[in-house]
Amino acid sequence: MTAHDPALARPNAPTTTYRYDEFDAAFVKERVAEFREQVRRRLEGSLTEDEFRPFRLMNGLYLQLHAYMLRVAIPYGVLTARQMRRLADIADKYDRGYGHFTTRQNLQYNWPKLVDTPDILEALAEVEMHAIQTSGNCIRNVTADHFSGVAPDEIEDPRPTAEFLRQWSSAHPEFSFLPRKFKIAVTGAAHDRAAIMVHDIGLAIETNEAGETGYKVVVGGGLGRSPFVGKAIRDFVSRADLLAYLEAILRVYNRFGRRDNKYKARIKILVHEKGIDEVRQAVEAEFAAMDRSVFSYDPAEFERIAAFFAPPPYETLTAESEKLRAESVAHPAFGNFVDVNVSPHKVPGYAVVTVSLKPIGGIPGDATSQQMRVLADASERFGFGELRISHEQNVILPHVKQDELFDLWKTLDAAGLATANAGLVSDIISCPGLDYCALATARSIPVAQAISRRFSDLSRQRRIGKLGIKISGCINACGHHHVGAIGILGLEKKGQESYQITLGGDPTFSAAIGEIVGPGVTADQVPDVIEHIVDFYLAERQENETFIQTWRRVGHARFKDVLRREGEDGADI
Amino acid sequence: MALISDGRFVEDGWRRLAEEEGLPKSGKIVVSLARLEHALAHLSDGVSLGVNAPNTTDPGALAAALPRLQLVEVVFPAFADGRGFSLARLIRRAGFKGELRASGRLLADQYAHALGCGFDTVEIPDDIAERQDESQWRAALAAHARTYQRGYVAAGSILDARRKAAAK
Repeated sequence: MTAHDPALARPNAPTTTYRYDEFDAAFVKERVAEFREQVRRRLEGSLTEDEFRPFRLMNGLYLQLHAYMLRVAIPYGVLTARQMRRLADIADKYDRGYGHFTTRQNLQYNWPKLVDTPDILEALAEVEMHAIQTSGNCIRNVTADHFSGVAPDEIEDPRPTAEFLRQWSSAHPEFSFLPRKFKIAVTGAAHDRAAIMVHDIGLAIETNEAGETGYKVVVGGGLGRSPFVGKAIRDFVSRADLLAYLEAILRVYNRFGRRDNKYKARIKILVHEKGIDEVRQAVEAEFAAMDRSVFSYDPAEFERIAAFFAPPPYETLTAESEKLRAESVAHPAFGNFVDVNVSPHKVPGYAVVTVSLKPIGGIPGDATSQQMRVLADASERFGFGELRISHEQNVILPHVKQDELFDLWKTLDAAGLATANAGLVSDIISCPGLDYCALATARSIPVAQAISRRFSDLSRQRRIGKLGIKISGCINACGHHHVGAIGILGLEKKGQESYQITLGGDPTFSAAIGEIVGPGVTADQVPDVIEHIVDFYLAERQENETFIQTWRRVGHARFKDVLRREGEDGADI
Repeated sequence: MALISDGRFVEDGWRRLAEEEGLPKSGKIVVSLARLEHALAHLSDGVSLGVNAPNTTDPGALAAALPRLQLVEVVFPAFADGRGFSLARLIRRAGFKGELRASGRLLADQYAHALGCGFDTVEIPDDIAERQDESQWRAALAAHARTYQRGYVAAGSILDARRKAAAK
């Protein structure tokens, strides 16, 4: 019996996503019933708002500036067409016809009503979805490389590991009331697309000298008001020991993580204050003392889960499609899309398509219910009914035949989903900022829109090349500005919105926290400042150099210097 | 104070000894951690001894006393402070077989977590007991019938159930 057994196939089910068995389904149903009861007890008075808060957060429900917000988990970013359609239906029935894809592979609804949320969770459970642990001081929804299973540089598909972790972390008796939220990301490729260095725990699948597959474990990364790049706590943990090792880390953190100050409660502060060596010592001592056998990876269970992620029934195709080549030449707009938004696939004749949710002047990460349905249909017509959500807030179609890219492009273009800017300056990561968020101190969305409009010329964007801009509307850094090649942080100064610019951030294996250049600027000035920085980069870059490479070679002082001189010329920065 | 055992509000047979109060010759008494050493040294045969342990207690320092204790009470200063769950695990791992009690502002919604980590009983203040009556604690027992974790005290481990189903 395999995941591809036709007798077991669900309607619209792709062959490479985890399928709930009766136990998973019952577990999620139980959680929905529990939350329905909690809402009832809140309304009836058994639970105070303070008592209710952690439980509603553990079910993804926030109280925001204007309304509740529901954050739905998209575990390790994988979504089926059927699930995408359900998200669209919920957007129409319970929200305002759209949803917002986030940097942690979640979908947020901005306008649900408290009394409706149990029904929404039930509607999600029907399609094997949930909002469990998308918030709260617990182990959050586990994220992974959005090119899992299709990237040519992959060592091993990280999704079975991520699904294993999803189960292990769900309603964990010991780790549901941690000092703070806890985020885990997994990558299995040579290039890190999951930003593992800036998570509480980052896991990189590696093979040791004996040929055994295991994990490099990185601890204590994170952004927010104290950004840190994670440190390796163990270069190699075998698969058999992974869960036990994670239990040991979590137990040390639960016992010794600070609880006196919520801004100092993340594991990154424990690592920073105690030092990685002392934390490692405590973790290793716990690991040695525990009975590992009961926590250990169950090989049969791992194989069972891994079977769900077996390759879909690809056709045997030639590596390079002549049809694609001809169509790219005949239709330059399509050709640009292929150059920018299409990535290599490990199977000959196939391609990975990034659908940008960053139209020029649009709200980064937003999709209308209509667009969600177009994407669901497209995934079935062109890609085994499977979609991914990237931490860059875009949608990925992971298995498209090169021969069919042109037809897909036409479909996307008609729905306003063919912006050819993946990885370019207008592919901006942005948090919702002051337009929605109760924590924000400045707006993010209008700033992103203004930059996007400034660089609306896509051919100019292509000349500039890959360059990540990330915007956060407050120090909590949901827009990951610290790891943006260009980062923008919105703050409030004397009743005015002020934007601090950082340069040189990098979310990959070579992770770096961006450095602040110059004083804060007003929202109106941001596009000018970005343009000056980009122009300086273009003038300075050597052949094929990325922004980060130029930044690292040229150095902080000269970038800052240019900005200061530009300021003297009247740019006022 | 209300004491919950097996989803029911029950009478508490234990008495917390005040700091200035002398050790009795009989009965079930709970002493503070600071007084534990003294109490063990002067314990009468007819006395059952329990200790009240802050959630920051080093389980290693408690280990030698555990075989002579009938009750360990772990304090939850706030319901969102989950240190007590890890401490319970460590106390059980050290071999404690007596009553393990969670004491503080725990909510019915955390009952399954407490039982899962090895607690037997939960003691809550009256204001919580008034809002969260016995029926809610009983309901909490059923609300988490299935868990994904192994090695925890749980009736319905999904992983074990799967293994059983696969073996058939």
